[in-house]
Amino acid sequence: MDLTSINPVLLIASLMVSATPILLAAMGEMVVEKSGVLNLGVEGMMITGAITGFAIAVNTGSPALGFIAAAAGAAMLALAFGILTQFLLSNQVATGLGLTLVGLGLSSLIGKPYEGIKSPTLPRLDLGPLSDIPVLGRMLFSHDIMVYFSLALVAAVWAVLKFTRAGLVLRAVGESHDAAHALGYKVVRVRLLAILFGGACAGLGGAYLSLVRVPQWTEGMTAGAGWIALAIVVFASWRAGRVLVGAYLFGGITVLQLNLQAAGAQVPVALLSASPYLITILVLVIISVRGVHGAPASLGRPFHASH
Amino acid sequence: MTGTLLSLSGLTKAYPGVVANDDISFDIREGEVHALLGENGAGKSTLVKMIYGLVKPDSGTMTLRGAPYAPAEPRAARASGVAMVFQHFSLFDALSVAENIALGMEDPPKPRDLARQIREVSETYGLPLDPYRTVGTLSAGERQRVEIIRCLLQNPKLLIMDEPTSVLTPQEVEILFTTLRKLAAEGTAILYISHKLEEIRTLCDHATILRLGQKVATCTPAETTARELAEMMVGASLKAPEAHGRTPGDVVLEIRDLSLPAPGDFGTALRRISMALRAGEILGIGGVAGNGQDELLAALSGERRSAPDAILFKGQPLGHLGPGARRRLGLLAAPEERLGHAAAPDMSLTENAALTAMGRKGLVRNGLVGWGRAEDFAREVIAAFDVRTPGADTAARALSGGNLQKFVIGREVMQAPEVLVVNQPTWGVDAAAAAAIRQALIDLAAKGCAVIAISQDLDELMEIADRFAALNEGRLTASKPMAGLTLDQIGMMMGGAHDMEAAHVET
Repeated sequence: MDLTSINPVLLIASLMVSATPILLAAMGEMVVEKSGVLNLGVEGMMITGAITGFAIAVNTGSPALGFIAAAAGAAMLALAFGILTQFLLSNQVATGLGLTLVGLGLSSLIGKPYEGIKSPTLPRLDLGPLSDIPVLGRMLFSHDIMVYFSLALVAAVWAVLKFTRAGLVLRAVGESHDAAHALGYKVVRVRLLAILFGGACAGLGGAYLSLVRVPQWTEGMTAGAGWIALAIVVFASWRAGRVLVGAYLFGGITVLQLNLQAAGAQVPVALLSASPYLITILVLVIISVRGVHGAPASLGRPFHASH
Repeated sequence: MTGTLLSLSGLTKAYPGVVANDDISFDIREGEVHALLGENGAGKSTLVKMIYGLVKPDSGTMTLRGAPYAPAEPRAARASGVAMVFQHFSLFDALSVAENIALGMEDPPKPRDLARQIREVSETYGLPLDPYRTVGTLSAGERQRVEIIRCLLQNPKLLIMDEPTSVLTPQEVEILFTTLRKLAAEGTAILYISHKLEEIRTLCDHATILRLGQKVATCTPAETTARELAEMMVGASLKAPEAHGRTPGDVVLEIRDLSLPAPGDFGTALRRISMALRAGEILGIGGVAGNGQDELLAALSGERRSAPDAILFKGQPLGHLGPGARRRLGLLAAPEERLGHAAAPDMSLTENAALTAMGRKGLVRNGLVGWGRAEDFAREVIAAFDVRTPGADTAARALSGGNLQKFVIGREVMQAPEVLVVNQPTWGVDAAAAAAIRQALIDLAAKGCAVIAISQDLDELMEIADRFAALNEGRLTASKPMAGLTLDQIGMMMGGAHDMEAAHVET
């Protein structure tokens, strides 16, 4: 095995790219869960975003329009989840799982004509002199706009939850919907907005896969990224900063195992490919042994205003 | 001080199958403490929910200071100067005191200003509180202060208080009353909901009494006896439990130095609990909620295990045994939470009966449940305890609180326990059902069973218990004979004095 063939600068640069889809989806899901809703349909919303974004970008030639369409498309799917769980009071777990199946099926149907086509992709953002800094420039300042958007999103979500009244109300609804209702807050409306936001974020994450990271359409191309995003929210104990750490950690392991494979590590390839998932499971076990801290108290509980 | 603040006229609200409020009219004057009195289910909560904008009346009108008043939502009610302190605190455990208060305000100031205001108001009214504490770590009395201060910061004209003293020590009640009198003297009207007659007689200027959704009378409580008030409330004379006169037998249950860590973030650790319980006596354990009641019940029932020697049943160590084994030996328990802990809400009464009685009533043979025998047992409980239900196959969830409580207690009593532990046996139960449950516990003790009654209702413990002990922060005081204890002594035992001290030190 030749570890010198692994370039740390490229490793970190590609880590940021590979972590962005999960980071976007996990940020959205964290906001949803903070409002007390458990949406297990992240995978379905991501892949719906991936194909919607891909199709629109190919047809219009504009990746920006593709991203907007991806956010809208996945938010539509999330809206279906919201109507089912918030108004018709269906079970959140079952509905979320159903959403994933619908998303996977729908995307492969829409995606059939697009297989084998290459999409227009996002250009690298020109950050002027920053990109010319040796090592750091290549590592941190040579990415496309969505990488920076995702980082700004983390900061924005953190600040909104911590400092604004809207963030306080969102946390209150997730903490105790009965108490929030008694104070006159619109529990269902707050949750619906959070669900739409979560859908849009998952859609952006999916589109980043199909428009930047790969960039082409393959059936089932999210390959479990949505589930990882869900796990990262728990891993992060529902905190924005830790979601960032979790997503980059996972992105790092993914990239590292690819590099190790290329370097000819004496470990079965199957095991290396599975390593990010194994490590996720391990981390989740450690967290739950320590006791789950910071989960919103009303998470996953249905709310009905009648009493 | 004599102007009419809020006038209710012909308020009616019906739910499917029940008229919660039927044509209710009365006036609340400025600066008075007005009591709303009635049994559980008399319609008190529905009425105040209409005043606070949580429920819309089917018909009838309200006028506030002469202007029509019809709040569409609590926000509108608050804007009009109506504030409410809820019975089950509407607080968010994971948020800080200041955040909780900000959520209840229309237009909260900046966090730092708000913290200053909270300190100011809390000092003015003698309700010490740290704005930055997490609410989950506060005692029940402190949580209520959060609610009251949240209301006071908005300068309400009418303050609605739903059963505010049910979770307080006698000393905390005194502080609350001082605060309320001060508020009333400043011109704030207070609508005070309670079923504790003595409180109402000491505090309230007027009282409106509801029974079965209808207004029975408006009177001046200071000029009315507690007995008259009670009879107006219930509509019939109550059967008081019979006198005790029991002679205790041998020690059946002994706890030695029982310590257990807190079960969760907001739980209470049990600290070196010791006591001895004799056959045929009732030990009343008082204390403010959250001082280890649930944890003690869990340790006795076997839900949480301890060192074998910590709990001795007739000299036999059983701290390490689970609930099933303890039940077979004769140590039974009925927890506080009816739905979800004492009974599985969506299972039938038969199934719920079988769940705890399987061992003692021999309902399982060769690994198969004898459902016929289980149903017979459920029917016996229903008949003996006058549980109002269509049948034994009704889901536990469908029963009213009082009826389910009678079933849950009856189910244990009918298994002929040697030691029975109950937590809050009559919580949220109407007066008639509560009397029946207390009588059942007394009868059980008369047959030689030892009973531990954990309760926050001091009147109840005074009525049924032979000896009294109190839980305070997971410690159990030495027990004293109930006869001869004064309310003051009980308050001291409950740690009221200690609690007040801590509260002053915090500021």
